Amino acid sequence: MVITLLPQRKHIEIEGRRRVADILRQLGLLPGTVMVIRGDALVTDEEVVEANETIEIRNVISGG
Amino acid sequence: MMKCKRCRSKAEVQIRHHNAAFCRPCFIFFFQRQVQRSIEKQRMFTAQDHVLVAVSGGKDSLALWDVLIDLGYRTVGLHLALGIGDYSHISTTKTVEFAHRRAVRLITVDLEADGLAIPTLARFTNRPACAACGTTKRHQFDRVAFENGFTVLATGHNLDDEAARLLGNVMHWQVHHLAKQGPVLEPVHERFARKVKPLYRISEYETAVYAFFRGIDYVVDECPNSVGATQLTYKDMLNRLEAVMPGSKLTFVQDFLKSGRPAFSPGTDGAPQSCEVCGMASFGTLCSYCRLRREVERAQDTWKVPRTASGSGR
Repeated sequence: MVITLLPQRKHIEIEGRRRVADILRQLGLLPGTVMVIRGDALVTDEEVVEANETIEIRNVISGG
Repeated sequence: MMKCKRCRSKAEVQIRHHNAAFCRPCFIFFFQRQVQRSIEKQRMFTAQDHVLVAVSGGKDSLALWDVLIDLGYRTVGLHLALGIGDYSHISTTKTVEFAHRRAVRLITVDLEADGLAIPTLARFTNRPACAACGTTKRHQFDRVAFENGFTVLATGHNLDDEAARLLGNVMHWQVHHLAKQGPVLEPVHERFARKVKPLYRISEYETAVYAFFRGIDYVVDECPNSVGATQLTYKDMLNRLEAVMPGSKLTFVQDFLKSGRPAFSPGTDGAPQSCEVCGMASFGTLCSYCRLRREVERAQDTWKVPRTASGSGR
């Protein structure tokens, strides 16, 4: 799967299908600090992202 | 499959600290009801008040304005074009577009046009950009509210902002700040409006989800000056705690307001005077903002830098 990280605009690839919670754990991201977006919808931690899918992980924490 | 707490359809978002999940329409309902309850419970304002909403172009302030419009409150937006390069240009564009789309009035103050952009203030006063920005925002919010007859000023501070600020105040035992920290700050000067934070019980994650569900086009990029900000360190610590103990941030802030804050005294600063230049609140002959402006003018004179400021005394 291809993952786009925002706001860094960084693209990373992970092999195989994974649960969202596992993806976040692998990337060292805490739940509640990012939105995981597939297409025009959010995906919850228990959902699975298939190997051929693309998702966006958008940071929600601002420092202003 | 995770199900919506309200309608039992497929959930699109999980809110751990409420031990709940929601579909999109039910989350929007839940979010708006939370904001309404905070406004009413804390007696922030009523439908009769004219509310000035400080809007940066970020998710929190645009989400706040969106909710207040939907709830039927009488609002006008206030945006400060801070002059921080592309970040500010994008922020202003998104704010203007939001106001246009929702057909609501927006007041924009262009600091760059006045020669008082944040980088200029930081450069000529040798202060951190965030300090100059804070002083500028406080002054401009108060000034615009006063000059346009608003009695209430609403900002998009959320639960994470309040929890991080509380942690910072506790870390340094800022007892006078602790006495005043809360969702409502009553005016202590004739030119002040009541300052309110209707999102104070709503997490940063929830405001981002709301903005996403509502199709609000907000600035995703961070202010370039916020890199390494202390507040981000506090937020990271609190989010680590929250991951292990969901609800920690909400409990920290709510219990402080209920049990902690009454134990602190607001101090003996007394009532502020009025600035001899602009008439806004001050502790001394000049307010913080006019002192800042004066420092810039002196430095520009010393360095023989031509001024672009309009000299309007704003």
